Amino acid sequence: MTTLEKAGPEQTDATRTAPLLEVRDLHVEFHTRDGVAKAVNGVNYSVNAGETLAVLGESGSGKSVTAQAIMGILDMPPGRIPKGEIFFRGQDMLKMSGEERRKIRGQKIAMIFQDALSALNPVLSVGYQLGEMFRVHQGLSKKDAKAKAIELMDRVRIPAAKERVGDYPHQFSGGMRQRIMIAMAMALEPDLIIADEPTTALDVTVQAQVMDLLAELQREMNMGLILITHDLGVVADVADKIAVMYAGRIVETAPVHEIYKAPAHPYTKGLLDSIPRLDQKGQELYAIKGLPPNLLRIPSGCAFNPRCPMAKEVCRTDVPPLAAVSDTRASACHFWKETLDG
Amino acid sequence: MAEAILEVRDLVKHFPLTQGIIVKKQIGAVKAVDGVSFDLYRGETLGIVGESGCGKSTVAKLLMNLERATSGQVLYKGEDITKLSGRALKAVRRNIQMVFQDPYTSLNPRMTVGDIIGEPFEIHPEVAPKGDRRRKVQDLLDVVGLNPEYINRYPHQFSGGQRQRIGIARGLALNPEIIICDEPVSALDVSVQAQVINLMGRLQKEFDLSYMFIAHDLSIVRHISDRVGVMYLGKMVEIGDDEQIYEHPTHPYTQALLSAVPVPDPESREHRERIILSGDVPSPANPPSGCRFRTRCWKAQDKCATEVPLLAVPERFKGADSPAAHESACHFAEEKDVVGAA
Ligand SMILES: Nc1ncnc2c1ncn2[C@@H]1O[C@H](COP(=O)(O)OP(=O)(O)OP(=O)(O)O)[C@@H](O)[C@H]1O
Ligand SMILES: Nc1ncnc2c1ncn2[C@@H]1O[C@H](COP(=O)(O)OP(=O)(O)O)[C@@H](O)[C@H]1O
Ligand code: SF4
Ligand code: SF4
Ligand SMILES: [Mg+2]
Ligand SMILES: [Mg+2]
Repeated sequence: MTTLEKAGPEQTDATRTAPLLEVRDLHVEFHTRDGVAKAVNGVNYSVNAGETLAVLGESGSGKSVTAQAIMGILDMPPGRIPKGEIFFRGQDMLKMSGEERRKIRGQKIAMIFQDALSALNPVLSVGYQLGEMFRVHQGLSKKDAKAKAIELMDRVRIPAAKERVGDYPHQFSGGMRQRIMIAMAMALEPDLIIADEPTTALDVTVQAQVMDLLAELQREMNMGLILITHDLGVVADVADKIAVMYAGRIVETAPVHEIYKAPAHPYTKGLLDSIPRLDQKGQELYAIKGLPPNLLRIPSGCAFNPRCPMAKEVCRTDVPPLAAVSDTRASACHFWKETLDG
Repeated sequence: MAEAILEVRDLVKHFPLTQGIIVKKQIGAVKAVDGVSFDLYRGETLGIVGESGCGKSTVAKLLMNLERATSGQVLYKGEDITKLSGRALKAVRRNIQMVFQDPYTSLNPRMTVGDIIGEPFEIHPEVAPKGDRRRKVQDLLDVVGLNPEYINRYPHQFSGGQRQRIGIARGLALNPEIIICDEPVSALDVSVQAQVINLMGRLQKEFDLSYMFIAHDLSIVRHISDRVGVMYLGKMVEIGDDEQIYEHPTHPYTQALLSAVPVPDPESREHRERIILSGDVPSPANPPSGCRFRTRCWKAQDKCATEVPLLAVPERFKGADSPAAHESACHFAEEKDVVGAA
């Protein structure tokens, strides 16, 4: 439905067959008072139209920073991208002009943030903020933009949208605000949505409503979805494939069904093992020992080695490459075969 | 039957809603807790679940008399805590301690770990004479798995999981009988959550503690709880042992809550019937008449608007040798097949 002319060069064969989005060997570092924090250290992942990629990792593992780099909203400085490529339909966005990137952001790629209250402007009505998308990007009149805003609010099931279009963000519940964020992200029917922990702040019943809505709209519009989360349950529910992050790297990628059955990386295995299971009631939970690393001093070799029950000498010296486990799977572990075999 | 160490009877907490600056006029009340009754047995863990704002933390504070109850009783060994003050209250509080949700804000950043953990001794010097305190604090650090040499460090020098351990050490300082844990692991990463949960389990056995464990992660609650209470909008709607609640819930709200929990197993996606509740939780200042859940309940009938359902074993299950025979506040309580949280 976008009425704008195609921006950028003609489509070639390469751009047509390329994944919707592909991140290759992305590095991001922050120059802080205490030194250089290596937040992202070689991230590789890709997502196709209509596909849901879940990015799973503990807090500080670099999920959001990667997303910000894709969106082009990193704080630079202190942030810096020393290396890497981010292809959108085959074109490296890191090589584009600011103008070209701005066109993609918002219209082709939209983002949903964890905290809707701080992402929405508190002094503007929700209807105004939704309508702004159409006024700025599609040049609609105030009246038409408002009608569109109501339509969108309806679509994300805000009751009495017509009456509430003039309300301010704080007048809505957490779940409603998150649905309004979704509405805003959907407004221009983007090709890709990046949702950064969209339900982490919500109760489970509200989470179910929001995820349901997101999945439905994604299906309807055949969008790509990058879902950032630390919840193994949410991943199992909605993802097609998964990328597990640890200390700024992708340590394992796989189709979702396969990874839950047989993880090929000890960190993934540790996360899955620490889910409470019925037959373990009253017993100790499996716990990954130790703490996530300090990004100013990432351990040499495999970053997971101080916590890994399978670590050998080589893990302390050699960084494990992201090795192909199958056509669709990869693991960054020297001993992925042994891990896979249990 | 086990011995009740805490008996909560018809507990009510209304927060007045006022208008006007000079002459305050009460225009209503937030009915945060509105007639809640339950027992806490010696040595057990009672889990409390429910959505944000349903009154869990308020109940916790009422049990400690950190908030004054509007009405109702909290009987500790037969004595009503809500009526106590001064020295008598102080004596009871020694035996009931609390661990808070947020390890980042619940510890005073300007106090050393030693001072934080030892602070309860200032209020109750009889537990540890001055000369003995340092050693006691070091013992406590050791008990919760922290290096006793950390005694002079400040909270910001610790990770979230370590800070939560500091909070637990402080809770243990006075050898309490009861520990009320308000979302003790919610702010922690999955791999660290398991460590803290295991620690709490060990301490319970070692010190014969009774826990009231408030959390929103239903699978963790199931893992550690002997019994579970479900709250909705200031009311306890269902309570029973973990199997009764998780496998045989009879209250529609519990059923919806359990069905909304994402199951960390992609294979279960297709076979689940998920109850998606419509609408939002009503305001506790103006709760629906009759059954408070009726505005979102798919089974609601006329009777639900006029008669408040009491928390009791439903008539139809009375005397039945069935796990459905447990307390549930619904006029039409019955079992429903839902694939719940593991
Ligand atoms: N001091 C207060 N004054 C007025 N209202 C309050 C006060 N404390 C709590 N409330 C209200 O009482 C209700 C219950 O709050 P409470 O903090 O007990 O919820 P909760 O179940 O612990 O929620 P959460 O899961 O978000 O921690 C809420 O509507 C809250 O806004
Ligand atoms: N603007 C910034 N300046 C310095 N460090 C930052 C900045 N933004 C993020 N970081 C650091 O980068 C690391 C990864 O952060 P993030 O991607 O937000 O993690 P998460 O996986 O939880 O989303 C963290 O250690 C974080 O503190
Ligand atoms: S490379 Fe070594 S330390 Fe790293 S995950 Fe594999 S076995 Fe563990
Ligand atoms: S009493 Fe009525 S409204 Fe309330 S839960 Fe039962 S059926 Fe639903
Ligand atoms: Mg983040
Ligand atoms: Mg609370």
